[in-house]
Amino acid sequence: MATIVIHRKKLETITPTRRRVLGIIELVVAALTVVLFMLHVQPGQVSTFVMTPGGITQGIAANWIVPVFGTMLALTILSALLGIYQLVRGFGRQTNLVLGVVAFFFIFSFLLWASAGKSLNLAGMLSASVLLAVPIVLGAFSGVLCERAGVVNIAIEGMMLMAAMIGALVGSVTKSMWVGLLAAIASSLLLALIHAVLSIKYKINQIISGTVINIFSTGLTSFLSAKFLQTYQYLNNPPVFPRVPIPLLADIPVIGPLLFNTNIFVYLMYIILVIVQVALFRTRWGLRMRSVGEHPKAADTLGINVFRTRYMAVLLGGLVAGIGGAFFTLGSVGRFDEGMTAGKGFIGLAAMIFGNWTPIGSFLAGLLFGFSDAIATRLTLLGTGIPIQFMAMAPYITTMVVLAGLVGRSMAPAADGEPYNKE
Amino acid sequence: MAPVLELKGITKRFPGVLANDHINLTLNEGEILALLGENGAGKSTLMNILYGLYQPDEGEIYVRGKKTTIVSPTDAIRSGIGMVHQHFMLIPVFTVTENVMLGAEELRAAGFLDRKKAADRIRDISQRYKLEVDPDAYVRDLPVGVQQRVEIIKLLYRQAEILIFDEPTAVLTPQEADELFAIMRELIRQGKSIIFITHKLREVLEVADHILVIRRGAVVGETVPQGADKNSLAAMMVGRPVRLEVEKRVAHVQNKVLEVRDLVVADAQKQITVDEVSFDVHAGEILGVAGVQGNGQTELVEAVTGLRMPNSGTIRLLGQDITRATPRQVTELGSAHIPEDRQRDGLVLSFPVADNTVLCTYYKPPYAKGVTMQWKKVYEDAEKLIQDFDIRTPSAKTNVGALSGGNQQKVIVAREFSRPIKLLVASQPTRGLDVGSIEYIHKRIVEKRDEGCAVLLVSPELDEIMELSDRIAVMYRGKIVTIVPADQATKAYIGLLMAGVSPEQAGAPQVGERVVESTL
Repeated sequence: MATIVIHRKKLETITPTRRRVLGIIELVVAALTVVLFMLHVQPGQVSTFVMTPGGITQGIAANWIVPVFGTMLALTILSALLGIYQLVRGFGRQTNLVLGVVAFFFIFSFLLWASAGKSLNLAGMLSASVLLAVPIVLGAFSGVLCERAGVVNIAIEGMMLMAAMIGALVGSVTKSMWVGLLAAIASSLLLALIHAVLSIKYKINQIISGTVINIFSTGLTSFLSAKFLQTYQYLNNPPVFPRVPIPLLADIPVIGPLLFNTNIFVYLMYIILVIVQVALFRTRWGLRMRSVGEHPKAADTLGINVFRTRYMAVLLGGLVAGIGGAFFTLGSVGRFDEGMTAGKGFIGLAAMIFGNWTPIGSFLAGLLFGFSDAIATRLTLLGTGIPIQFMAMAPYITTMVVLAGLVGRSMAPAADGEPYNKE
Repeated sequence: MAPVLELKGITKRFPGVLANDHINLTLNEGEILALLGENGAGKSTLMNILYGLYQPDEGEIYVRGKKTTIVSPTDAIRSGIGMVHQHFMLIPVFTVTENVMLGAEELRAAGFLDRKKAADRIRDISQRYKLEVDPDAYVRDLPVGVQQRVEIIKLLYRQAEILIFDEPTAVLTPQEADELFAIMRELIRQGKSIIFITHKLREVLEVADHILVIRRGAVVGETVPQGADKNSLAAMMVGRPVRLEVEKRVAHVQNKVLEVRDLVVADAQKQITVDEVSFDVHAGEILGVAGVQGNGQTELVEAVTGLRMPNSGTIRLLGQDITRATPRQVTELGSAHIPEDRQRDGLVLSFPVADNTVLCTYYKPPYAKGVTMQWKKVYEDAEKLIQDFDIRTPSAKTNVGALSGGNQQKVIVAREFSRPIKLLVASQPTRGLDVGSIEYIHKRIVEKRDEGCAVLLVSPELDEIMELSDRIAVMYRGKIVTIVPADQATKAYIGLLMAGVSPEQAGAPQVGERVVESTL
């Protein structure tokens, strides 16, 4: 028998063109830092960053005072160096990470410029980022669960909207946030079941099925809201989940208030992150689910029930989306308003793609989107001269830029969106 | 002792078709049973019944003498039956270990995977059966031959005793096929039993212990290799005597028709798949392009027919530069194209036969007058083509999609051959066809050559290339490795080149060594 050579081709994911383009982008970012920010600050100015969010009594930290010009200069030089190295040699697998670092430097310079000579509650902004990221991240997790099993779910937006309303309504009527949460999840599950039946059993185009659910949710929630919730205030006044500080951990300065002194939705987000990440890649359940999303026929020939796996995935996705939806009313403002999800479900899908269909990636991408949202809100208050409308666009522009250019080759599950026909 | 597997009176009806008609089959321990039949004869249906993907309408299955009902692949696996599918059932982004253990996972507590234990088991199996493979490699990085080994390991991992190989050599180079046969023999030596499905006569004679021939859903003959030859098997398969060798006169080579110089073409993923290729095709000759599928043949053909824009290089047809020409310009210059995927690129399946016969000429008189179609003329000519090319269709109005593969291919051939052509680009012209249709298409292609047409024939079937070509070009990883006159090429030599061995290492072919093989 002949000897066999096993070829292990190295997969080149970064093309030379992409390497150079990214290098140039990084240099341009460095130049922009100089032109936009550095030329507009006086050498002696300092920024004062407040490191404790408002209304917090545990884990208080001192203010952080940063010299503006020197810091900016250092960040710019670093960005330029990274850009040159990227242009000439490339960072290989670390390319996206380096790009992220340069983007971070740019944003930090921006913050320095905006707060030069003033004070900015940085910790408050970060904790707002986390809160704003919650529905995005949960939406992304919902997407990961569905799409890893091969079902495209653009109905996440609709599921969250429905869950937000039902959560508010039931929470108000029963005066219990827990019952409200359960009802929210149940309503989202029901929509998920409809999506599952339409797209798995009847093999309807999944985009259409998702769109139908979105339109239905928007219509129904707007109608009920206008007819009842806005008219009878007692129907739209649910209790809100309070902050629950975790003993000891909440006392750590900076990190404590940010991560360990917040409400149950944020904790749930962390828990789901860990569970889904581990389950997807380390358990039999995850292996089977991913196989169904990649090559359902292969899974079928090995005795795996493709339909049941997909139903389960979509329903779990609905459950997570329901928690995300409930956050809007029960975890945040304590009332329902028409269309209050404002595209967060779609941004969640963007985060899922940016995060390469992994829970951890989606989580980080969701935080990024949440952060850009928070910057927009905070800086409007600081008065930077940038029109409010432009600031409000920031999260969406981030989404577009990220999706259009910077993601590179993402690896969607091979059978994503394809109904499975058993012969 | 009872045979390992016995099928008794298996019958399966699909609407309008009797796919399996009371089939009886006996597989003894430690033997290779070849199931021979044309495409559509019902081999795959039978095996899908055995593997639990279909349910039989009548009949019984006995495994080791025990009556068994198989309603799902899980049942089949439990009964020790495993199948290597024609299209591999592997997940490219999973590792070998993950692919093998999927559905029969090694676990630690609480549903967590034990990859190490599974990998160890794979290493044991691969040593025991001489199936070398790296358990940690990703399947997408493996060559096809190794992927097939992973499929086999999948079955052994599940302790399958009866292994079904469905057309396993379709995707392999001749050398890889030989390796597979060695593996199959090793498997039966260690007590496994094999059912080998194929329509290639040579392979049957080479590897089988027992041969069962199926035609139109019924068993029409049973024999052993010692008592059979290709001609008798082919006759049994088709139901009439078949001429296996193509009758071919010496080529009468004339002027240069197609000239390709330094052609570079990239695929949809912007990967260079045709890399500085140069060759000529002359009137009256067939240039065969051999190569394992996916070595740039598809993109080469697309570039020559105007379907894909080359990155650099030139293509000339009868002296005219067609490098950047549109498909219509190329067609009007007298180029004909039989595409590799007839259903995707060759026909509009939801259109009638007649419409499909005028896809290249519908916009010109006599089929069009101003902006209106002359349907009467279209149908008149279509009726004639149906006669001339022996297209079996209820009428010219029938949708092409309703015809059999062979007849669909005849519609394409009729369309392309019914206009005056100088160049024929035929890409896998007999892919998936039955023996009768193959015979017919080959005859027609050789006729065109003799009429003075230049033919560029692309096929991964080495036998087809050897049989039809006057000169043979071998493509490997986007390059044409060499071009040799067909009478100087041996199958082994071309096979080595196809596998990436350089011409120097493969050794010059020796004149007279060539053995004419049939396509079957």
